[in-house]
Amino acid sequence: MTKEAVLARYPPAPEVLLALLHELQGMNPGQYLLPEDLELAARHLGLPLSRVRDAVTFYSMFSLRPRGRHVVRLCASPHCHVAGAWSALDELRRVLGVEVGETTADGLFTLELTSCLGACGVAPVMMIDDEVVGNLTPAKVAAAVARYREGR
Amino acid sequence: MTLARVHVLVGVDDEARLAGVDAVLSALRAAVAELGLSGEVQVVETGPLGISGRGVVIAVQPDGVYYAGVTPADAREIAAEHLLKGRPVARLRLPAAAPVARPGELLARQTRVVLANCGVIDPERIEEYIALGGYEALGRAVTELRPEDVIEVVKRSGLRGRGGAGFPTGIKWAAVRNAPPGERYVVCNADEGEPGTFKDRLILEGDPHKLLEGMALAGYAVGAHLGILYIRGEYALSIARVRKAIADAEAVGILGERVFDTDFSFRVEVRPGAGAYVCGEETALLESLEGKRGWPRIRPPYPVTAGLWGKPTVVNNVETLANVPDIVRRGPDWYRTLGTPTCPGTKVYTILGSVRYPGLVEVEMGTPLRVLVYELGGGLLPGRALKGVLIGGAAGAFLPPGELDARLDFDSLGERGAALGSGAVLVMDERTCVVDTLGSVLRFFHHESCGQCVPCRSGTDVLVRLMVRLQGGGASRSVLEQMVAIVDAMRAASLCPLGQSVALPVRTALAGFAEEFASHLDGGSCPQCQATVRALPKK
Repeated sequence: MTKEAVLARYPPAPEVLLALLHELQGMNPGQYLLPEDLELAARHLGLPLSRVRDAVTFYSMFSLRPRGRHVVRLCASPHCHVAGAWSALDELRRVLGVEVGETTADGLFTLELTSCLGACGVAPVMMIDDEVVGNLTPAKVAAAVARYREGR
Repeated sequence: MTLARVHVLVGVDDEARLAGVDAVLSALRAAVAELGLSGEVQVVETGPLGISGRGVVIAVQPDGVYYAGVTPADAREIAAEHLLKGRPVARLRLPAAAPVARPGELLARQTRVVLANCGVIDPERIEEYIALGGYEALGRAVTELRPEDVIEVVKRSGLRGRGGAGFPTGIKWAAVRNAPPGERYVVCNADEGEPGTFKDRLILEGDPHKLLEGMALAGYAVGAHLGILYIRGEYALSIARVRKAIADAEAVGILGERVFDTDFSFRVEVRPGAGAYVCGEETALLESLEGKRGWPRIRPPYPVTAGLWGKPTVVNNVETLANVPDIVRRGPDWYRTLGTPTCPGTKVYTILGSVRYPGLVEVEMGTPLRVLVYELGGGLLPGRALKGVLIGGAAGAFLPPGELDARLDFDSLGERGAALGSGAVLVMDERTCVVDTLGSVLRFFHHESCGQCVPCRSGTDVLVRLMVRLQGGGASRSVLEQMVAIVDAMRAASLCPLGQSVALPVRTALAGFAEEFASHLDGGSCPQCQATVRALPKK
């Protein structure tokens, strides 16, 4: 589907902005919003571009920079912290070779920290794209990353 | 439910998905068919069974046998041994000490109102909800009761908001009902982001129709025709289940145009959030629903007078609304037999951390914390000693073991300078450093502060810097004094509860664990804190 076709499914009302941005971001390979996406949304909804940027930069699920093919998001909230999230982070840094916020040279992974994912029953927890990976140990972290490296 | 000799309930939620529940389900169904049991055994996909951290959990009813950590091969074995030959597979049963292995006793110690159907019915089949009395309250309300009567019932029940503040629900509804004529809305706050909390997710995944019925009752009571469900964007399964539930309810005339063939119409829309803790604050949530960044509004006016698009709006938490159908169906006098005189009813908790049986429980208001930790949670992990409990999530209170007899309801905890909050209970053992845990809490607030008001934006930043010094071992006592001064200023001057609530964890940690803080001062070393400081992202 083209972006124009996506726009056509949304009424030109400001309240659909977040839903529209979610969908536009999902269409881009780098899981981020391009400058022209913001312009398209602004024009379609009759909003100033600044107002769209204002929303995009506020919410953690939107990105203005290209991300890797897979986004690894480790929960850093207190419950996961107490359960050992930092040792999982050390292992993620080691196997990916990047710091938080960076993308691997092969463009496969971006490493991010996130607030509570609501999956605390299996803390410490990370999400790789839409998959929840819990009860993390260094070995489990390495295995999950390896699985995605090999194309799942 | 369809009549079958045996029901096999398979808990399907995000946690079970990650443990491979889909493969277990297909193996189980194939085995049941192969063994010729299709006529007498029904495999039911249901919501979460309330047991966390144990992989795929299934229950065989009416036998009351629970299995945990089930793999596809195990499923075939259960079918051949238990379902065909009637011999439970001992190897896979939850240990006898687990409360769930004795469901009768488990339920005797819990009082399930909100979670009554969770893990019992298939949340994707509206018939099963209806078979257990679902939508009876709505049907009776729209055909026999006036909106004012519904409000009166909710007022008399004494129901208070379960989002954390405990405001009386009936009074909120009456304010919207009595607003000047015009459009009005019902908004359900399902932007569950409080660390350690996932009760709303389990209600959404386990019994979505109960929430929809509560929303429709609220709509009828206040005169609204549109309900909006704001769900956090990360809750993919919740969003899918609620969307299906809405479509199913509309198809049978329970939602949408002419509810139960009356003049009352009520539509429900789902709006996913985009990742911002502050949007759990009701006015920030309304801003987000209007397509803007989630900045809290200055109050007054409150949402009941000027909410969504400036119209009178009821904003209620998922758990609050899920209480309403039973209150209307069974009456306020029944509801008041549960809980305490000032806080009737039940509360759902997530028990996590160093306990033997982490998971979700629902007990009456006023239940002592000790019962949650030592009975329902099964006590500390073997060989571990209790250090303390963080109750209420990040915006919660650190309680030392001496506070275990605290009764859990809005007023009792308020008197102790704590708060019920979201119902997250984190049990910490002697290995956990409270200073380090508080550091994590403060980094959370620093990250989630929306940046609108100076006390919170600047306060959380300074708190994190002070914390790094404290955790690094290079701080003097004045650091603790500065932290208290900052959180007190934030409590007095922040625009919304996010900034105001930081005082709670900081002050309770300092009061209840003073020695532990003192040991970190003047070069005192703590391996856990230093490991954290080393691991912190360099920025």
